[in-house]
Amino acid sequence: MIEFAGLRLRHRVINASGCFDVLAAARVFGDELFAEFPFAAYVSKTITLSARDGNPPPRLWESAAGLINSIGLPNRGLRAYREADLPALAGVLPVPLITNVMGSTPEEVGELIDALEVEPAVAAIELNVSCPNVATGLDIGADPAGLEALLRHVRPRSSKPLIVKLTPNTADVAACAAGAQAGGADAVSLINTLRALALAPDGSGAWLGGGSGGLSGPAIRTVALAQVAQVARRVTIPIVGMGGVASGADARDLIDVGATLVAVGTESFRDPAAGGRIARELERAFAQIGG
Amino acid sequence: MSAPPGRRRVAVRHRRTYGPYVVLGALDSAARAQPGQFYMLASAERWGGGEGERPYLARAVSVMAVADDGLTEFLLEDVGPGTRRLCEAQPGEELLVLGPLGHGFGAPGADVAPLLVGGGIGVAPLVAVQRAWGGTAVLGFRDGDHARGGELFDEPLIATDDGSAGHHGLVGDLLEAELAKQRRPVYACGPPAMLDDVRRRAASYEVASQLALEAPMACGFGACYGCVVATVDGYRRVCVDGPVFDGALLA
Repeated sequence: MIEFAGLRLRHRVINASGCFDVLAAARVFGDELFAEFPFAAYVSKTITLSARDGNPPPRLWESAAGLINSIGLPNRGLRAYREADLPALAGVLPVPLITNVMGSTPEEVGELIDALEVEPAVAAIELNVSCPNVATGLDIGADPAGLEALLRHVRPRSSKPLIVKLTPNTADVAACAAGAQAGGADAVSLINTLRALALAPDGSGAWLGGGSGGLSGPAIRTVALAQVAQVARRVTIPIVGMGGVASGADARDLIDVGATLVAVGTESFRDPAAGGRIARELERAFAQIGG
Repeated sequence: MSAPPGRRRVAVRHRRTYGPYVVLGALDSAARAQPGQFYMLASAERWGGGEGERPYLARAVSVMAVADDGLTEFLLEDVGPGTRRLCEAQPGEELLVLGPLGHGFGAPGADVAPLLVGGGIGVAPLVAVQRAWGGTAVLGFRDGDHARGGELFDEPLIATDDGSAGHHGLVGDLLEAELAKQRRPVYACGPPAMLDDVRRRAASYEVASQLALEAPMACGFGACYGCVVATVDGYRRVCVDGPVFDGALLA
């Protein structure tokens, strides 16, 4: 068993938020999905206080060894998540549930955390801080002081492990991680997608309905490795490393530079069983060198 | 029947061409697709490294036909690095497949012969529909070479944009004539403008329309939320809420 921020997990591979929808997958694949569930913990898509439609299509652009997405965090809001999704998840999920939330102010994040604090199905909370601060225009997570202040506001309200999903779109990701740790975060996860732009082939401007998007996939793997290494040198709390992981060797690289867990995102789009394969490859990689 | 929850390797059994279209047949021993369902397809070897260092993601491809023994056929046209690579696949070569996915077409009522309206590569799922439930195929193609896709059907009515085969004009003209003769439910797949036209004509004759939509997808199983379409109930995922939608529900 792997210890991570108070959770006990069967192996080191989880999913990246927004890259797997257990309830949809269960409808498509039936009970067989749970016979060999690919992840050691399940991270939900981002939940917000109010429902969001998400961005107008097109939402996807395939780039060189990667994917640019502009999905826009569609979700039915906190109330529907508690009334519909949590009971459904509690009935089927064979692994701990990490609920990812986003709010545009510390008060909103506090409200989300208060609601999840009383939900026994939620094992841990991941904070998506890639949300613009309306006052500064910066992402909340791009500003170390703002991030520390956010954590100081919400940390006392929850007994559950708090994981901060760091944005890579910042000058100094290690400083942001240090801010999260100083504010009381139990762990950090990184990297989120890199801001990217796809142009329409006909010259009409941005391709994606939401304007710019976020780049994921093998194209960002080495960036993830560098950022995880930077953060690991700066903080003592555990790290979930992610970004373009497609094999046990990729996962092993992130662990070598300081990650405790590894999340699989875009590779799961290519194969819903990828998480399980990567976990097995990683175990073999550890066994071979006695690590 | 649910799809197995992971990507599998299946070997290409046969490859046939109809003008610019390529039919690949592969034996899926684990599942039987329903008309209107799709698979995510990639080649097992040399997927990537094409134009612009693509393809990277698998491609959503409609099932064209399924035989009783599980031989599953796909219709492909080279329109980019992913479909180009799939079109090159030769017998014996392996594909990585996930599926069958999505909600297919609903069966027509007993003794009802539906109208099957297809445009271009969108004729693919209608082959399975005609083999399962019969019906009159009304097909539109760019030109006579593309119209060879009509050979996959039993007694199709054909329109071409350039008049080099069949009716010189739009498939909507043929649909209109058929509906005027007899009101019957419409099954359709094709480019967005054609589908828009089809559902308007079906609505004006007060007949039901089932439309199989196409959308770029990263996953095919409801994870990425990339393939949404606007409906009267807001955005819906083409992969899990479709790809077949009731024409009356589209916004």
